[in-house]
Amino acid sequence: MRHIVNPDIYDVVIVGSGAGGGMAAYVLAQAGAKVAMLEAGPMWDAAADGDMFTWNYTSPARGASSKEKPFGEFDGCIGGWEIEGEPYTRAEGTEWDWFRARMLGGRTNHWGRISLRFGPDDFRGYSLDGLGDDWPIGYEDLAPWYDKLDRLVGIFGNRDGFYNEPDGDFLPPPAPRLHELLVMQGAARLGIPVLANRLSILTKAHNGRVACHFCGQCGRGCATGSNFSSPSVLLPPALDTGRLTIVDQAMAREILTDEEGLATGVSYVNRNDMQEYAVRGRVVVLAASACETARLLLNSTSSRHPAGLANASGVVGRYLMDSTGASVAGIFPQLVGRAAYNEDGVGGAHIYIPWFGQDARRDFARGYHLEVWGGRDQPSYGFMGGIHTINNLFEDRPRGGGGYGMQLKQDYRDLYGSVVGFSARGEMIARRDNYCEIDPDETDQYGIPVLRFHVRWSDEEYRQIKHAQEASRQLVEAMGGEVLTPMPSEEDGYGILAPGRIIHEVGTARMGNDPARAPLNAWCQAHDARNVFVTDGAPFVSQAHKNATWTILALAWRTADRIVELRNAGAL
Amino acid sequence: MNRRESLKLLALALGATAPGALTAAGCRWTASDAERAARQAESARAEGDFSPSFFTDEEYETVRVLADLIIPADDRSGSATEAGVPEFMDFMVLDRVPMQGPMREGLAWLNAWSQERFGVSFPACAEAQRIELVEAIAWPEDADPALAEGVAFFNFFRDLTASGFWTTEAGMADLGYRGNVFVHEWTGAPKSEIERLGLSEAPWETLRRGERA
Repeated sequence: MRHIVNPDIYDVVIVGSGAGGGMAAYVLAQAGAKVAMLEAGPMWDAAADGDMFTWNYTSPARGASSKEKPFGEFDGCIGGWEIEGEPYTRAEGTEWDWFRARMLGGRTNHWGRISLRFGPDDFRGYSLDGLGDDWPIGYEDLAPWYDKLDRLVGIFGNRDGFYNEPDGDFLPPPAPRLHELLVMQGAARLGIPVLANRLSILTKAHNGRVACHFCGQCGRGCATGSNFSSPSVLLPPALDTGRLTIVDQAMAREILTDEEGLATGVSYVNRNDMQEYAVRGRVVVLAASACETARLLLNSTSSRHPAGLANASGVVGRYLMDSTGASVAGIFPQLVGRAAYNEDGVGGAHIYIPWFGQDARRDFARGYHLEVWGGRDQPSYGFMGGIHTINNLFEDRPRGGGGYGMQLKQDYRDLYGSVVGFSARGEMIARRDNYCEIDPDETDQYGIPVLRFHVRWSDEEYRQIKHAQEASRQLVEAMGGEVLTPMPSEEDGYGILAPGRIIHEVGTARMGNDPARAPLNAWCQAHDARNVFVTDGAPFVSQAHKNATWTILALAWRTADRIVELRNAGAL
Repeated sequence: MNRRESLKLLALALGATAPGALTAAGCRWTASDAERAARQAESARAEGDFSPSFFTDEEYETVRVLADLIIPADDRSGSATEAGVPEFMDFMVLDRVPMQGPMREGLAWLNAWSQERFGVSFPACAEAQRIELVEAIAWPEDADPALAEGVAFFNFFRDLTASGFWTTEAGMADLGYRGNVFVHEWTGAPKSEIERLGLSEAPWETLRRGERA
């Protein structure tokens, strides 16, 4: 294919501007490298383009969600599980919903800022229970980068010393909301631990960034940059060096290689003019998201890499994982008719329920944590939908729930903020049979072959979610509430969401010391192309039950430091 | 992801007819389109000359009457029509194709039933007759199964009325939503509420129950 070739040769070409790409650019540009970064979406600035403090009533849709904005009209993330012109397919009888962000900062514009370190157990799952594989590194290998990350980005939390939840360098945690105190009381009755949450949101000014103002709208994009996103923390200092060039609207097609099989750059389609371009570099860093990175590697075939770049092992695309997910909501009589006050708080829960069943007898491997939600949010489209199913729960109504008129109007006031929910996020076991590959029959609007997914939950995940459902229901009862939905049946998978829905995709190009079993070495460097590195979620060997971003960032920093070290030693 | 997810989940958890469950079809407006439309609706309402794009005039009259039966004015806030709920519904239903069938068929059902019972359409009924009709479909568990279609429509319409009413400035003020503002210092829940619920504000250190040694 012919390309319009950028005359410059960069030290590093990075694909992706999210957590992994942003961190690589931050480290490498500051180390003196000339860096080109490709981003598939547009530039985006939370202060100028975001909707923080927008009242829902300024729109006739009142903040409703849509296919284009699955998390609401004013959500800051451009992307979703379905993107016009960018299809993907699934093998029959399998599932995978693939969420992609197309904007500067990628999915760091989307996430809940839950910033958990993987603990020692999370790197050695195979040694503990014989499932999946161990990582080629342990917690102690990554800990120094987690420490640096905490100090650079800022994260609140409490030093708990809790099993397998390593403490960090924390800013003070915000006091719990009312319903969160109720959760703590109920959990204490069951012996379930509750910790202060660990979110990368600034409860104090930090490194030149101002503190959070507690509007609860992190997801809309923070105009003051008081939470973490790649464009709020990592890209500005990289740009300040004058050595980072960001190419937006650049949809990467493949990694270009030479006769020796080493990367020479990346080809891409410019979405503005739909022409084919190429940017050349001495090192290529892939941070396009686990699945997009696998797609790029698999589409980069050559005589030296007939099965795709970094894929001599045949493992690229395999061991794809998401978190398991299911939610339970309850309604609480104590929270009916609450006082009016502002409880927006930070953009997420102030508390965190870590995995508490390590020592219990159980019929599934690994664990999950519970995320808590509720409170008197800004009313938006869908406000108290289905009230007819709840407004007779705490009061004897001869005709049941529902109604109209003055009584109903008062019910809305009284019940506002009386629902609290728990969302389980659990560990999926890494399996070779859960994978993505290139679909031989379909391309996207850029002519790039698309991914075909083959993912299924196993009994381990189903039994884990059954446990989470039961524990969440016990919690609602221990708090004195009523569960709003019946326990889902085994046929319904105990309410487990489709894989991909939790947007914690990892795996697909795992680390490992054996080149026959892993595409990347212990430094996230391709075994069969030494100048190719991966800094997104693809290198993960296992998923833990933990939100992946903090580990992506720490691992990306470690990888970038390694690139600097190798380059300085003349090995790149 | 929690808070945003919670809104969606709440709608889904509380019943299949929640508006949130009916929003799968894509909306195509941009933020600036939406703001412009909101301003137009606002000024049209102020001038009293709003003409619906989705609803027929007869349907629109039914919508106005029904919405005010569901959320009437009281000493804390105005009625659904005073808050612009009919205009809101016209926009949403036009924009969200999957809602159009249930809305149109439901309004037709109500008016046909009204004709059958009282010989006139729903808005043409006397107040007592309207009440009689609504009483028969507003209580799902207590309703005649033969009226199931009307009950489902009323649930759907009740939810949409609530979405349109409580998301207005007046609706939020009525609810006592005090957020969406700059907060200098987060101080947690009010002491009075903590006491009322018999909760304690224990320091984090005492809350690590179930910890493994």
